[in-house]
Amino acid sequence: MQVKEYKPLIVAFCCNWCSYAGADLAGNNRLNYPADVKIIRVPCSCRVNPMFILRAFQRGADGVILCGCHPGDCHYTSGNYFTRRRMALLFSMLDFLGIERERTRVEWVSAAEGAKFAATMNDFVATVTALGENKRLEDLRCKK
Amino acid sequence: MQKISRESLVEKAIAMLQAHEVSAVLGWKKGEFDYDITPALFTDAEDLQKNFVWNDFCGANFSKYLVEKTRNIEGKILTFLKPCDTYSFNQLLTEHRFDREKVYAIGIPCEGMVDIKKIKDACGEGIASIACEEDVLKVTTLYEDAPIAIETETVLAERCLACKSKKHVAYDELLGETGEVLESNRFDEVERLEAMTADERFAFWQNELSRCIRCNACRDVCPACTCEKCVFDNPNSGVENKAAANSFEEKLFHIIRAFHVAGRCTDCGECSRVCPQQIPLHLLNRKFIHDIDRFYGDYQAGAEVGSRAPLVDYTLDDLEASEIFEGRDN
Repeated sequence: MQVKEYKPLIVAFCCNWCSYAGADLAGNNRLNYPADVKIIRVPCSCRVNPMFILRAFQRGADGVILCGCHPGDCHYTSGNYFTRRRMALLFSMLDFLGIERERTRVEWVSAAEGAKFAATMNDFVATVTALGENKRLEDLRCKK
Repeated sequence: MQKISRESLVEKAIAMLQAHEVSAVLGWKKGEFDYDITPALFTDAEDLQKNFVWNDFCGANFSKYLVEKTRNIEGKILTFLKPCDTYSFNQLLTEHRFDREKVYAIGIPCEGMVDIKKIKDACGEGIASIACEEDVLKVTTLYEDAPIAIETETVLAERCLACKSKKHVAYDELLGETGEVLESNRFDEVERLEAMTADERFAFWQNELSRCIRCNACRDVCPACTCEKCVFDNPNSGVENKAAANSFEEKLFHIIRAFHVAGRCTDCGECSRVCPQQIPLHLLNRKFIHDIDRFYGDYQAGAEVGSRAPLVDYTLDDLEASEIFEGRDN
């Protein structure tokens, strides 16, 4: 009997001005990162509403990573500072409800950091693969 | 148990109404039972004299009512504010939710409100009437001949046992005396949960939140929840359904509800008071308050008008999201 290898589904929210270009650079440089990472482009990391993250889990994501510009480099001056506070509180709350804290992450990746983007994604996918399927924030109606 | 008498409040309200200084009085009146005291608007002296109630069941926070009432009513509204209500009052003013000029706020001292759930635990269902006396509640039930006496102190609401302040932070006039900000142990339960393992916490919240019937009472009563259009009423959101279809929706609703008031929640505890399923919703709010205090410095929403809420503010060297669990291995 063949056992299907577990492949996690990762949703990456990437800021248009930095990490989205970073992902592009990773591709241009032929750097490998798992195809399980689905990128969603957002105009700024602070566009990401906590609801987006919960929704991603509902629709079957096993991990959600949010990539934005390094603090101080935001295209809109201060967007990522707000993201930082919001996500710290949201992740702390998810942990409070007993949801694995490794499933969510914030990383600062600039447009020049293609290598960091690939390394971050590899590391995150490995972490989530080790955790296994997202059971605690799943919506059975959304399961195939 | 309340130090200030009902008569003094009624007297003041009638005097102001008759002098045409205010055109309406926001107060409490008896609901279906003696213990479900509900907010009411009084416009004449006779009604006030007859129906106004002030006792150990007057938990309702009036601040949120001012948002709608100041818009719909000509002239000033007199309202009575307990110390914890004054924080919500200030918070709403900070957010420009109502016109301060249209409100005459009277601060009244509060000795703590009682929790009907605790009374029912003590003397069972079938409560016919409750009389509030000095330090004791006389509960008459359908099944006992003599009234059951319960000491008020033993049935105080959880939020009042962990009262954060007896100080009025906003008022036009004070009846009785104001108190001090108290040393409160309100974060003890949050810390107890934090000390558990993730599995235990998950089981705890699964057990609590699965009772949710999505009545939206916690949202409707919350003085911080004053959006004209709520994200949970959006038919395209998939969460506007009355009943939560599964455990995900329960978690989504409660995380987002608490998140939307994070940094603005004054910890008045109304959410837990109105919850018909006795879910300790204030713990979610307190978790956010506790985190904000730890990560960004002590902040009490509503302590002063015009203070900048932590989530609309930042510093250049804030904690990173990856650093919040440092030093915690559970």
